[in-house]
Amino acid sequence: MIWETVIGLETHVELATKTKIFCACTTAFGGDPNTHCCPVCTGMPGTLPVLNGKVVEFAARAGLALGCEITRYCRFDRKNYFYPDLPKAYQVSQLYLPIARNGAVPIPGGRTIRIHELHMEEDAGKLVHDPWRDQTRADYNRCGVPLIEIVTEPDFRTGNEVIAYLEKLRSTLQYLGVSDCKMQEGSLRCDVNLSVRPAGSVGLGTRTEMKNLSSFKAISRAIVYEARRQIELIEEGGRVVQETRRWDENKDATYAMRSKENAQDYRYFPDPDIPPLELPQSYLERLRAEQPEMAWEKAERYQRDYALSAYDTEMITAQKALADFFEAAVALGTDPKQCANWIMGEVLRALSERGMEPGDMALTPGTLSRLIALVQGGRLNRNTAVKVFDAVFDQNGDVDAYVKEHGLEQISDPGAVATAVEKAFGANPKSILDYKAGKEKAFGFLVGQVMRELHGRADPKAVNEAVRAGLDRC
Amino acid sequence: MTMMSLCRLTALELAGKLCAGEVTQREAVEAASARIAATQGTLNTFITPDGPAFPAADLSASPLAGVPMAYKDNISTRGVKTTCASKILGDFQPPYDATAVERLSAAGAVSMGKLNMDEFAMGSTSETSWYGSVRNPWDTGRAAGGSSGGAAAAVAAGQVWYAIASDTGGSIRQPAAHCGVTGMKPTYGAVSRYGLIAYASSLDQLGPIARSAADCAAVLDVMMGGDPRDGTSLDIPAGKLLASLSGDLRGRRVGIPADCFGDGLDGEVSRAVLAAAEVLKGRGAQVETFALPAVRYAVPAYYIIACAEASSNLSRFDGVKYGWRAEGYGDLNDLYCATRTGGFGREVKRRILLGTFVLSAGYYDAYYKKALQVKAVIKRAFDEAFEKYDLLLTPVTPATAPRLGESLSDPLKMYLGDVYTVSVNLAGLPAASMPCGFDAQGLPIGAQLIGPALGEQAVLDGAHAFQLDTDYHRRMPEVTL
Repeated sequence: MIWETVIGLETHVELATKTKIFCACTTAFGGDPNTHCCPVCTGMPGTLPVLNGKVVEFAARAGLALGCEITRYCRFDRKNYFYPDLPKAYQVSQLYLPIARNGAVPIPGGRTIRIHELHMEEDAGKLVHDPWRDQTRADYNRCGVPLIEIVTEPDFRTGNEVIAYLEKLRSTLQYLGVSDCKMQEGSLRCDVNLSVRPAGSVGLGTRTEMKNLSSFKAISRAIVYEARRQIELIEEGGRVVQETRRWDENKDATYAMRSKENAQDYRYFPDPDIPPLELPQSYLERLRAEQPEMAWEKAERYQRDYALSAYDTEMITAQKALADFFEAAVALGTDPKQCANWIMGEVLRALSERGMEPGDMALTPGTLSRLIALVQGGRLNRNTAVKVFDAVFDQNGDVDAYVKEHGLEQISDPGAVATAVEKAFGANPKSILDYKAGKEKAFGFLVGQVMRELHGRADPKAVNEAVRAGLDRC
Repeated sequence: MTMMSLCRLTALELAGKLCAGEVTQREAVEAASARIAATQGTLNTFITPDGPAFPAADLSASPLAGVPMAYKDNISTRGVKTTCASKILGDFQPPYDATAVERLSAAGAVSMGKLNMDEFAMGSTSETSWYGSVRNPWDTGRAAGGSSGGAAAAVAAGQVWYAIASDTGGSIRQPAAHCGVTGMKPTYGAVSRYGLIAYASSLDQLGPIARSAADCAAVLDVMMGGDPRDGTSLDIPAGKLLASLSGDLRGRRVGIPADCFGDGLDGEVSRAVLAAAEVLKGRGAQVETFALPAVRYAVPAYYIIACAEASSNLSRFDGVKYGWRAEGYGDLNDLYCATRTGGFGREVKRRILLGTFVLSAGYYDAYYKKALQVKAVIKRAFDEAFEKYDLLLTPVTPATAPRLGESLSDPLKMYLGDVYTVSVNLAGLPAASMPCGFDAQGLPIGAQLIGPALGEQAVLDGAHAFQLDTDYHRRMPEVTL
């Protein structure tokens, strides 16, 4: 039998607001335990939540960018359950009237993933288990950090589609500036709902939900594993149980966490402490008008206006920080093609050598622009320029000062080149004879000798021409 | 003046003597302390007495500066135990003041401590307290009413000149009626709830219990106004209720809902309230009877909504972060169960279970959603009534104060006793309870004046007018020690 995999995603994204959703505590990642909290986010008796307007704005921006309808009159609900990382014993979320619904995200390959809903909620704290002392400690720093949860319809058929969607989602949210989407810091977390069915059938099979997926790689592998597990189970006459399963990265397998068959009753009801929100049409129109140019729009523009290749533009726009860098350099008058070449070559190389993100780079667009200008102006040759680039990259050093200090400026004086040619010819008479005998290799050797004489600072083209002319005269 | 005669003054009268230098702040506090010391053993009004040794309020801060008062024990006071009359919060000291406490402190209020109440404000007699029942100063064999029984009894007995309490379904007005003092629940959102330990968030509201409508006006002038820490507080400026207080009711239209004078209402209470209508007429009001059938559904709707919210609000008392934790638990679930089973009293557990039930899958629509619909119907009915009337006049309670122990055995009867007060909370309206007579046993009777949303002035004007022509609010019980 041929099987089809059906996947839906629930993605939690931490919003990049400075303060928490219901109080003025910082949302900064890390910090000593219980130093980013106050009576409100730790649910002390008598305290009340006050909604952070930025959270609503960021959620609405995300909803608009994902093609959703925005719920003009939306509301928060309480999801009630007991757990020590949840100090109020309820999570403020949205069940009945989420802020955005019915969106659509086109992914590369031509398919479109439907968004069921996008809602706002507060994050819970963290429990730290200490097996040595048999203790569990609660850290409430993360309590009340704003999240949006984005729920798709079960529209994915392959892991590749899932990754393509997540990359698009991450890019969109980063371009909007509503989240940094760092999986390793937990600001983007994804649960995968997966079922299998005979190819061509319409109904859905029993699904499992996979958690603890901490990278795109883990998501891809978990999807492959879980689809195979379900198919084998069914083919052996078994039955898939609706349950939550945990992905174990080290063992490359999923394990049952809890069955959904005795699911908790969360007793959702509208939170009476938070008045319903009314989002005026004019407010939504303003947000729509302010929507920034997205990655794919930038890529198209770069191809159209700068005649860059599709591959280059995709690489440059994949991370907003890199696209911003490119545009700033071009705005300084740098040739876009040259600029793209440097980014695709040296910038990406330097970043990957250091394991850095573009956003964390010290190098400024101005510095790269200056370097490119020196090359284009004939004052630095390309190889020397790469050395200068590496020298200034980490500290954003001064290109001109470095060139001057190290005497790297290109030698373009024809007299100096001619002297060097004479010197090289005089020292290597055998090479001249070899060249005359038809050994082209000898030409390259002589060029190298001249360049050495000039400490590699000469324009290679000028040296080539001078050597050729000299040989012709011999 | 003797200490006891000081205790007979209204808050504004005492404030006047403080300003005139006839009485010192210290004498006022000593009078209160002495009265508390003499009567606390009998009345059990305080959970945590906490008067200052050297009061030094700025007497120019407000018309009530320097006057000793007290807070119901569900109002957060920084560094002072705030127990909600529950074992589970027995040692809880909030690191913050409620907004109302902050405002009153800034206005020169002198706190004598924290007042007894029904546990988590759940009850109508102040008998569900972990710290024992409050007794009614008019008859110590009777309940003071609830849930703010400590507040009403303390003001009635002359222990403090006013008290701040909360009202979710009548918890200010009903004990005020049973103790012969004046209580006022403002419009929902008029006073910040920040720091009030929630029972039912959509219904809870803070307000004063005092010896006159004018005192209530002075207190509300300090408490009312928007608060950035409470998203449900209304963006209104601090009040000028006292300055605008008028006893002239000419042109005011008072409606009497006939549905509030039917079966179940004690004859003496009915006669006293209707007699109050005559007093209002004498002050120029036009009074007429009308039908308000929607209030019949108020009690069940109220208990469903209040218990649903309470079941969620009280979930945080789980023994993990603060308050009492059971000993000898096994796993996490056991910690929760043992703590909540041992930490909450019977009535609180009853309401948590009821609220959990009405929010459960499969019952939500039939109970909770239905109750919200009833709430909307009641609100509309009041809105329509206030198109015709400036004020409504009703009883506060079907009968005068019950004997201690009488209500606990029959919770349903106790719930039905809230029939005249809960609809006001469901509609979010302001209402006052004012003493309007005594029954044959010498127990106080209260009348309720209800105003439209943000109609605090109309309500207080009505009560003030009544008090200009009567002296029920000035009578004080001889507490049998």
